[in-house]
Amino acid sequence: MTSPTTIIGLEVHVQLQTRTKIFCGCANRFNPDEPNVQTCPVCLGLPGALPVMNRRALELSVRAGLALSGTIAGLTKWDRKQYYYPDLPKAYQISQYDLPFCQGGHLDIDVEQADGEIESRRVRLIRVHLEEDAGKNLHDESGRGGESRVDLNRAGTPLLEIVSEPDIGSAAEARRYLEEIRLLMVYLGVSDCNMQEGSLRCDANVNLEIPTSENESIRTPIVEVKNLNSFRGVEAALVHEIARQQREFEECGGVYADTAKQTRGWDADRGVTFAQRGKEEASDYRYFPDPDLLPVTFSDEWIELQRAELCEPPSERRRRFVSDLGLSDYDAKVLVDQGRETADYFETLAAACGDTKRAANWVTQDVLRELNERGETIGDFPIDAQGLATLLGMIAAGQLTTRSGREVFTALTDGQGGDGAISERIEKIVEDHGLSAIADSGALETVIDAVISRNEKAAEDFRGGKDAAIGKLIGEVMQEAGGADPNAVREALISRLRP
Amino acid sequence: MTACREPASVLIERLSSGETTSLELTDACLAEIAAHDGSVGAFLHVAGDAARQAAESIDRRRAAGEPLGRLAGLPVAVKDVLVTRDQPTTCGSRMLEGWIPPYDAHTVEKLRDADAVLIGKTNMDEFAMGSTTENSAFGPTRTPWRLDCVAGGSSGGSAAAVSAGFAPLAVGSDTGGSIRQPAAFCGVVGLKPTYGRVSRYGLVAYASSLDQVGPFARDVAGAAMLLEVLAGHDRRDGTSIDQPVPPYHQQLDQPLEGLRIGICSEHFGEGLDQEVREAVERALDVYRGLGAVVVEIELPHARFAVACYYLVAPSEASSNLARYDGIHYGRRADDYDGLVEMYSNSRGSAFGTEVKRRIMLGTYSLSAGYYDAYYLKAQKVRRLIQQDYTQAFLDVDVIASPVTPTPAVRLGQLTDDPLQMYLADTYTISANLAGLPGVSIPAGFSQDGRPIGLQLLADSFAEDRLLRVAAMHERETDWHLATPTLDGDTSS
Repeated sequence: MTSPTTIIGLEVHVQLQTRTKIFCGCANRFNPDEPNVQTCPVCLGLPGALPVMNRRALELSVRAGLALSGTIAGLTKWDRKQYYYPDLPKAYQISQYDLPFCQGGHLDIDVEQADGEIESRRVRLIRVHLEEDAGKNLHDESGRGGESRVDLNRAGTPLLEIVSEPDIGSAAEARRYLEEIRLLMVYLGVSDCNMQEGSLRCDANVNLEIPTSENESIRTPIVEVKNLNSFRGVEAALVHEIARQQREFEECGGVYADTAKQTRGWDADRGVTFAQRGKEEASDYRYFPDPDLLPVTFSDEWIELQRAELCEPPSERRRRFVSDLGLSDYDAKVLVDQGRETADYFETLAAACGDTKRAANWVTQDVLRELNERGETIGDFPIDAQGLATLLGMIAAGQLTTRSGREVFTALTDGQGGDGAISERIEKIVEDHGLSAIADSGALETVIDAVISRNEKAAEDFRGGKDAAIGKLIGEVMQEAGGADPNAVREALISRLRP
Repeated sequence: MTACREPASVLIERLSSGETTSLELTDACLAEIAAHDGSVGAFLHVAGDAARQAAESIDRRRAAGEPLGRLAGLPVAVKDVLVTRDQPTTCGSRMLEGWIPPYDAHTVEKLRDADAVLIGKTNMDEFAMGSTTENSAFGPTRTPWRLDCVAGGSSGGSAAAVSAGFAPLAVGSDTGGSIRQPAAFCGVVGLKPTYGRVSRYGLVAYASSLDQVGPFARDVAGAAMLLEVLAGHDRRDGTSIDQPVPPYHQQLDQPLEGLRIGICSEHFGEGLDQEVREAVERALDVYRGLGAVVVEIELPHARFAVACYYLVAPSEASSNLARYDGIHYGRRADDYDGLVEMYSNSRGSAFGTEVKRRIMLGTYSLSAGYYDAYYLKAQKVRRLIQQDYTQAFLDVDVIASPVTPTPAVRLGQLTDDPLQMYLADTYTISANLAGLPGVSIPAGFSQDGRPIGLQLLADSFAEDRLLRVAAMHERETDWHLATPTLDGDTSS
């Protein structure tokens, strides 16, 4: 018998980065410290208040839908999803029921196989729709049963819901899918996808298909795991849930008392999923078209205008970095996944210095390490791509050794070398640190002569075939010659001693 | 006769000529309210001090020669379904008792911009659900003509306020006849504008796709003046339509040449009171005398209007009223154990019977498994009704009919029979389903002194023509000049 198949579908919620909320002029900004200050009659759901659709939210939504290769509807409308909860001030959420603005589409993800090979996998989408976010209930966490409070700063934040087909085959794939959605949305400028702030959230539907004989199999009941708010959380929750369903199957022998969809939460601290509601009665949200919002039609011209605003998606960019710029899959992934600005930085650098491999090495190693240590983003990085290109050009020309180049790089990030143009600063740092490579071979010869005459014994040993003896000579030449290129020194010594 | 029983246009002239002041007028209205509203029950909140201050300020500005708004100094009563900053807004419900809105409805802003004096908030059926104002949690409104009879509803307070001379103008809202029907019961002019003509921002929603704000006045000119102030585009209401507002008031003198009036036999069938029938026929004769042609039209789906309305309106209401959950504002039950009980006890104790009935009707018709058969079917019927009217207005300028099957009913007469109460809306409901403008104008009295109204409906955004046709009748008759004599009234 073959092993069980995992079936996962994700519902991903993405907060749009509009200036104002979806139906009113209140600021759309994460602000947990001052509850209920970003509110007005509309997002408070006061009697008499009416929603008006935010045009920008529609633009960003349609761009996201296009980037996900979905079909944009000619006509779309908003419906009321009705349920009672304190964080939902109107007691209905304005959402989209049967005419979402976008249907179909897909997202390709790169998945590492068991043999280490990277394989592209397509996750099909069911739909993408635009709705309003709810507020937040704040409960007394002291355990003393104090009053619960409601913060409506978040109420009315535009929220995109991206619903996938159950095409995801493992917890690791689910994580990759979520990472790729995040990257795409950030590339598009649709969302900042800040998971700490809840701009990207996800629910997962998961079950297993377990073969019982050659031709037969049993599907375990679908479980919806709610509120997965980190990449690690998605993966860990699914790993746990898959194992739990397998265990449950073995215990019950595939005979389930209740096959209705179950809702479970994820306890990240204990690393387990837990049943949130017992046997839930089928919820009836009594959807109906919101009479306060007219249906919206998108003309083909308008849709094309939105398409023109799209950027190259991360998956394309990775492919192009490999095929056109000759990068490894690994380097392409590291550069692109850092975000659009970092990838742009790399491309500018590569074009300016003409050596894509060298550019990739410097960005993936030196620049990213430096950013990591500083806790900064590429936008704040003190050396711009042109400046770094100048430095790499000097290394390529042999004016600086790679090691000296690193020292100059560090000095530049520390702000050394004055306020002048980057080339002047580099020159000054090279001088201050005595890093100039001895490009003048005559000067190097002089040093080598001096070192050999001081170390006759070592020179004799090397001539006599004792390779290790050269180390001492190289060390002394390097010390005397300042930023000399160790390879050049080695070669010069060899040609002198073993002509 | 007290000053505030004069038509608005006359009072505005007196104010601008200096013959009277806004403070005098406001005080006269407040005195009438103090003397008689105990027996009429038109007001839920009288803003005496605020009104007097506003009146004084307008008088000062007038004296200083400053430019003033179109209703400068005129007292206006506002139905308690429109939110008013710093003044209570209850919608006739215990649910919102004591709630002070932090903002003004668009129409209230417009009134303030026009320098109207907001004299108070008028009584209404709870959340505008009802036809007699007996569903108000704070007591009924009576028609000033017969204090044992209802003022109609749901805007009964606004209609009665104008009729009784408590204010020359009032604002109401109409979802299935809630302006036109009380206007008929109280013998005043009441107009429901085209859906989208007046912003609903700040109008507490009953049935969002049907609700519309409109004017009450003693005569057609007053209604035209107030409509001019209320109408206009508002970006805060997505269903508000951006069309210029014609100078309704200035066009009233122009009769409609070659006027064609449609009548529909369905409006004159079983259940229509004989005196009402005679009054409507008399009005048609008035128009014939002016050269109008009266023709029979077909409205094949009109007979489904009541059934259609009582699916669409409660469905929307069940959703619109869900927000009154005791969490954020309004009434919260004193005793409850847990969240669900907080909801059910708060709603159970604060909503009245009719509101609960409609919430249940609407919840049912939107439920899974019933939606297609009820709500969706009703929407389809609604489209057919709209098409009937589109067709009819190809041939006629207006459609004339009774406003109600009978004149004002006695208090308590219909309260135990909700179905009979619903049928009383039979002539007015279609205009809301089709989004059309309609007006109710005084057209006579029953032998026992209850006013009778004539309803005229016009095509979308044809308020200008509707008002001109109404003015033609008014010039030939004097029903609008009659005023009720209130018990113990010593001032007339």
